[in-house]
Amino acid sequence: MSRKLRILIAKPGLDGHDRGAKVVARALRDAGMEVIYTGLHQTPQMIVEAALQEDVDGVGLSILSGAHMTLFPEVMKRMCEEGLEDRLLFGGGIIPGEDVETLQKQGVGKIFGPGTPVQAIVDYIHETVRVGDV
Amino acid sequence: MTGPPGAGKSTLVEKMTALFRKDGQTVAIVAVDPTSPYTGGAILGDRIRMSSLFCDPGVFIRSMATRGSSGGLAFRTREVCDLLDAFGKDVIIVETIGVGQAELDVADTAQTTVIVLVPESGDGIQAMKAGLMEIGDLFVVNKSDRDGADRLMVEIQMMLDLRPQCEGWRPGVMRTTASAGEGVDELVRQIQGHRDYLKKYGILGRLRKDNVRSAIVDLVRQRLEEKFWENAGIRSVLDRLAEEAAGGKMSPYQAFERLLEAREQNGMKPSTNKEQSDHVR
Repeated sequence: MSRKLRILIAKPGLDGHDRGAKVVARALRDAGMEVIYTGLHQTPQMIVEAALQEDVDGVGLSILSGAHMTLFPEVMKRMCEEGLEDRLLFGGGIIPGEDVETLQKQGVGKIFGPGTPVQAIVDYIHETVRVGDV
Repeated sequence: MTGPPGAGKSTLVEKMTALFRKDGQTVAIVAVDPTSPYTGGAILGDRIRMSSLFCDPGVFIRSMATRGSSGGLAFRTREVCDLLDAFGKDVIIVETIGVGQAELDVADTAQTTVIVLVPESGDGIQAMKAGLMEIGDLFVVNKSDRDGADRLMVEIQMMLDLRPQCEGWRPGVMRTTASAGEGVDELVRQIQGHRDYLKKYGILGRLRKDNVRSAIVDLVRQRLEEKFWENAGIRSVLDRLAEEAAGGKMSPYQAFERLLEAREQNGMKPSTNKEQSDHVR
C-alpha cells in the first residue's frame, strides 16, 4: 500500500477569493490525496506551523491579492527555518510571468495561473513529490 | 468530542482549548475527517475553525483521515494519542468525524466522551437512543440560541433518567453557543469534574485496561483478516465461489464454508514466520 500524500492548501494574506483554493483542494482529494485546508487570512507563520504539525509533503498557496512577492518568500524562509526545506512549495493565482520566474529562482515550485486544468496540478504533485520517501 | 456533522465540534474545541491554555495546560488536538470511499482522498478542514490556536506553541493540532476505518476515528488515532500523551500534553482532545449512530470508537479511546448536539438534533434523538446517546459522559446542546434548545435539554435529561444509573456520576447536560464562547467555561469545568470522578472512584486504571483491551481486539481482527488473505490462491477461490453463489448454486454462507475448507486443504496454510514479519506494517 502506498503512502498517502498530504498537501496543505492555504490562503495567505487578505484576499477573500477562495474559490480557486477550494477547487484545487477538491481535485487533489479526488486524486486520492489528503488535503489539509486551513481557510482564509492565514499568516506565513500560521501556514508553516500547520505544515509542520501536519507533516505535509507539500504546501500550496493561493494568492490573488498581488502580495505574492512578499508572501511566497516569507513562507519559503519560514519553511527552511523549521526544517521543511525538502517539502514542495507551489502555488496559484494571478501572478505575472516575470514574478513567477523570480520566485522559482528562489526555490518556489510551479505556480499555476487561471485556466490551468486541475489534472496538471495533480500530475505535477505526483511527479515532484516522491512517494515512499518517508 | 463527538456528534453529528455541523454540530460545532471544531469551534467548541477551539474555545475549550483557549480556556485550558489560560489555565496553563498544554493541549493536543487530533481532528478526524472522513476519507472518500471512492477516491481514497480526504479534505481535512477542522483546522479552519481553530486558526486562533495555530501560533500557540502550547497547542499541537494533527488532522487525520479515517482511511477506511468506520468507527468515527482513524485506524491510528489511539496510537497518536498515546504519543501525544508521551510528549507530556496535559489535555488531549479527539474530535471525531461527524457521526450518526454507529461510529462509537471514541468511547473506547477517550476517558471522557462529550456528545455535541444542536437544537435541530431533537427529532433524531429517538433514533439515537441506541448508540451515540449511550456513550456520552457529558452532553452539550450547542448553538443553543436557536429554537428548540430547551426541548432538547429536557429530552436528553429524560433519556438519561431511563439509562442505567452509575454510582457517582450522572452525565451533565449543558447549553453552549460556541461561536460566542458562551457556556464553554461550564463545559471545561464539567470535563474536569468527570476527571475528578474517574480518579475518585479509581476508574482511570480500568479505562486504561479497557482501552488497551479493545486495541488488542482491533489488532486481532486486522491481522487475522490480513493473514487470511495472504495466500494469493485464495482470491481466485473466492472469485470462483462468488460466481457460483451469485448463480444461485449456493448461499454466501456455504461459499464461506467452502472457502475455509479450500484454505485448509489446498496447502493454503498460514505463511511462515518470515513472511509474516514482512507483513507487519
